[in-house]
Amino acid sequence: MRPILLQGHERSLNQIKYNRDGDLLFSVAKDKVVCAWYTSNGERLGTYSGHQGAVWTCDPSPNGILLATGAADNTIKLWNIQSGECVKTWENPTAIKRVQFSEDGSRLLAVTEKRMGYLGTIVVYNIQYGEDLTQQSDEQDLKITCEESKATVAGWSYLDKYIIACHEDGSVSQYDSKTGDLDSNIEIHEYDTSINDIQFSTDKTYFITAGKDKTAKIVSARNLEVLKSYSADTPLNTAAITPRKDFVILGGGQAAMDVTTTSARQGKFEARFYHKIFEDEIGRVRGHFGPLNTIAVHPQGTAYSSGGEDGYVRMHNFDKSYFDFMYEVEREASRK
Amino acid sequence: MAPSFDQISEQGLAEIEGIDFSDLEEKYRDLREDQGFDNFVVIDGLPVVPEDSKTKLVKFLMKSLNRVGTPRDGEDSVFMPIGDNGKSEGFAFVEYSSPEQAVAATKQLHGVPLDKRHTLQVNKLTDIDRYGREGRIDDEYQPPYIEPFADKEHLRSWLGDPNARDQFVMFRGDNVGIFWNNKKEEPESVVDRKHWTQLFVAWSPQGTFLASIHQQGVQLWGGPNFTKQKQLPHPFVSLVQFSPLENYMVTWSNQPIAVDPDGKSPLSLDEDGKHIVIWDLTTGKPLRSFQAYDLAPPPALEGLPAPKAKVQWPAFKWSADEKYCARMKPGEQLSIYELPSMNMIRDANRDRKALKVEGIVDFEWAPAIPERESIKQDKRPEQLLAYWTPEIGSKPASVALMSVPSREVVRSRNLFNVTDAKLHWQSEAKFLCVKVDRHSKSKKSLATNLEIFRVREKGVPVEVVDSLKDTVINFAWEPKGDRFVVITAGEAVAGSGVLAKTAVSFFAPEKSKTPGVTGSFKHVKTFDKKNSNGIYWSPKGRFVLVGTISVQQHCDLDFYDMDYEGDRVVEDEKVAANIMLMNSEEHYGVTDVEWDPTGRFVVTSASMWTHQMENGYRLWSFSGLILRESPIEKFKQLHWRPRPPTFLTRDEQKQVRRNLREYSREFEELDKEMEEGANAAVVESRRRLYSEWYAWLGAEVEDVKAEREDLGLPDPDEELDLQKTRSAKEGEETVEEVVEEVIEESEEFA
Repeated sequence: MRPILLQGHERSLNQIKYNRDGDLLFSVAKDKVVCAWYTSNGERLGTYSGHQGAVWTCDPSPNGILLATGAADNTIKLWNIQSGECVKTWENPTAIKRVQFSEDGSRLLAVTEKRMGYLGTIVVYNIQYGEDLTQQSDEQDLKITCEESKATVAGWSYLDKYIIACHEDGSVSQYDSKTGDLDSNIEIHEYDTSINDIQFSTDKTYFITAGKDKTAKIVSARNLEVLKSYSADTPLNTAAITPRKDFVILGGGQAAMDVTTTSARQGKFEARFYHKIFEDEIGRVRGHFGPLNTIAVHPQGTAYSSGGEDGYVRMHNFDKSYFDFMYEVEREASRK
Repeated sequence: MAPSFDQISEQGLAEIEGIDFSDLEEKYRDLREDQGFDNFVVIDGLPVVPEDSKTKLVKFLMKSLNRVGTPRDGEDSVFMPIGDNGKSEGFAFVEYSSPEQAVAATKQLHGVPLDKRHTLQVNKLTDIDRYGREGRIDDEYQPPYIEPFADKEHLRSWLGDPNARDQFVMFRGDNVGIFWNNKKEEPESVVDRKHWTQLFVAWSPQGTFLASIHQQGVQLWGGPNFTKQKQLPHPFVSLVQFSPLENYMVTWSNQPIAVDPDGKSPLSLDEDGKHIVIWDLTTGKPLRSFQAYDLAPPPALEGLPAPKAKVQWPAFKWSADEKYCARMKPGEQLSIYELPSMNMIRDANRDRKALKVEGIVDFEWAPAIPERESIKQDKRPEQLLAYWTPEIGSKPASVALMSVPSREVVRSRNLFNVTDAKLHWQSEAKFLCVKVDRHSKSKKSLATNLEIFRVREKGVPVEVVDSLKDTVINFAWEPKGDRFVVITAGEAVAGSGVLAKTAVSFFAPEKSKTPGVTGSFKHVKTFDKKNSNGIYWSPKGRFVLVGTISVQQHCDLDFYDMDYEGDRVVEDEKVAANIMLMNSEEHYGVTDVEWDPTGRFVVTSASMWTHQMENGYRLWSFSGLILRESPIEKFKQLHWRPRPPTFLTRDEQKQVRRNLREYSREFEELDKEMEEGANAAVVESRRRLYSEWYAWLGAEVEDVKAEREDLGLPDPDEELDLQKTRSAKEGEETVEEVVEEVIEESEEFA
């Protein structure tokens, strides 16, 4: 499994995302540039420039027309993927840590940072896909304020029924996506350890969280019940669920500031594969020389990419042995 | 004018001053009611003497009385009533200067013989008053209540494990747990308790007890379920040491003991202000307590605050049979105590006095009962103790072997230009190796000599191994064997920050023709350019792990076999060893190494007490194959439960060794069964997890589908298909170009 190395960023990666077809990969980093890559050969399609600060997050719309980005310059921007134009900019009082389109693409949520006297919020905008993409409403459709502990990441559940937010204190919240009411808040990670990533399964019925407490958990979106738990030996920054195979991929590593020795083996900068159902670790992929900040899996489950603190994106296509790998129990079940 | 308040009081005072109280003062001088009778003791059991011999008796008695305190007015404080018949009554009252002295008198003089026929009985006067008054004591004898006999738990039940597994204790986070070692499998938990100990845990030397250390003292646990066996209430205890046969324990606390005389603690006033207590573990009571001697601090470096005095630990060292324990006052004397009385052993003048050894730096008891040739014949029981003294003035440094209890020095040897010496006994007390670090005349370069005392041979000959040019940083005898390993270090390049490379050298005796006689020690093999600093012999000998412990840059573990069964590696045919490096491994951050008591496994661990990185332990086979890797957050301690010595005789052990193949077949079958059983269980649980997951997912998908229909939303997959067909209908052409280029394929998943 030889990766394609994407060297387009000068600083550490913050998020990478495949589009729905899986032919493009978007990456954002602390260096203000948003890049789009062909996944087939790793060639750069282009960049979207306009942000004035580190870009924290990006998300392509499900229909592949728009790309939303959020950055430390306190703006959310919408881009025409095809032309590279910025079609809309929303200003905010604080930085944007996460954006996500709803399942049908009609709404966009954004998680705002808690800073300078502003509480962390989750805001929702309505999105129009007309002839003129610049015709977007300035009005917020919904605003949820996180009084208790700020939200770090958030996403939409199945049928866009709920907004699921993960918090700095290790808890997850389920909000009604229409009214913004808090349905429930459950502590699933160790208290006071932040949750760094949330990624949903294809049908969005369950999601995986990556915690600073060195664990990742699969949680039901319906009732926030923890279904599976994976423990690693290092704080986790990101976790992804693979379609086709019942695996999850976790990434993390001791942050540079926490590493007290110079020993290279201390870092644990590897992507770890766990079996989703049995919770066993089944393999690791080395390559990065800094912590892994973000992992994305191809929507068809044929490839995955990782972005690291080292500024590189490594794009891996799964080979035959990956698909052939099966537990005896799975083989039994597939024969039936 | 009426007198003012001031005037009244002044007038009053003047009047009081005018009255003469001297007669009253004189009259009541001796009563001292306010002090009560706490200063008084009653001494019974005195000889009955006529009045004119009274002063003689009092004088004689004063000798004893003065030992524990000072009677208030000397001989006048002894009140010995004379009966009507003109003879004394056989008792006397004594007034001491303080209640403490009175208490001390009851403790120390009670039951002490005055002469051949008379034994003193000393009680506090207030006690006589409290208990002895009429009606206070029932005239009828009431037999004391004896607790019905309760079966004690079997304290050695763990030895009966059908699979002959070993236990270990593990302390991590706030939890302490006891586990069965299951080799590659997850260890099986016996008990696991939160906050079981405050500081650390320790096994007794034969594995019977587990000690937990608390602010209030030490608790001992044992039996199949680790129930509480004993409590030793030494407040703020921070160091403990068991005696070799587990009958006694030494505890040390930084803070002097403050005894509450009315408390229920078994500590008495004797223990007040002491740091060290020696406990009898059968009764759970203190035997004797001591002040601690501090070791002289190392000389202060320039510009740095003077280093603190170090605690002398172990404060007491025990002879192998536990009949004696000894401690030294550095540079001055050696005190040897008998057990269980804890009295000092008698010297040539039958006095119980400490042995003056000028300059004494260190001493070690022989770890087994030595079988010296001369002793074997007349069969006097003896223990041996080795100590060394440095050069003092014109007197050379020397090492001495002393026989106990006779305190006779049976062998001594003078040494010259000694910087430091270490005493290493072989486990059966067959040999004593004195590692002598020497300096040259200019007091600069260091070299090391090994002086080996052959204790069992006639006249205790000393063999000198001085083929070592570098400093020896570590030395270890093979347990129950006659071979040893030394680690030597070259000089580090100054200022480079790189540690000096070390060399591991193996020594073995020459094969000898006469059985029972050990040939002279020969250097067998050296492995150099190592970083090793620790030597860990298997408790059964033959195998040895030499590693780099608690060093940040290195963490090597080398597993050696001293009797490699393959082709001869060692060229010298004459030496009784064939050394093979079986395996070299690493364990990052290793701080501790411990063999299991059977020598089958060895655990290397990284404790958070030393550093915070990759804490946890690894289990290896004796040959260095990794069996388990267990990273554990906040891992602190892992100790194998020691085993008591076997009851099998030498012949029976030989028998077992001869039939090893048969026995091992049995155990191999067990192992196989266990592995298969474990595998089956794993498969079963996976099957369950698999079906549970898909049942959950199926239900969830159904629910979502129903909800989607209720909301009237289109299925996103259908929508996608629809879009595609629509775009196809609109005449758009889809050009698909697939360029496949296989650059390289490599297996990533095993």
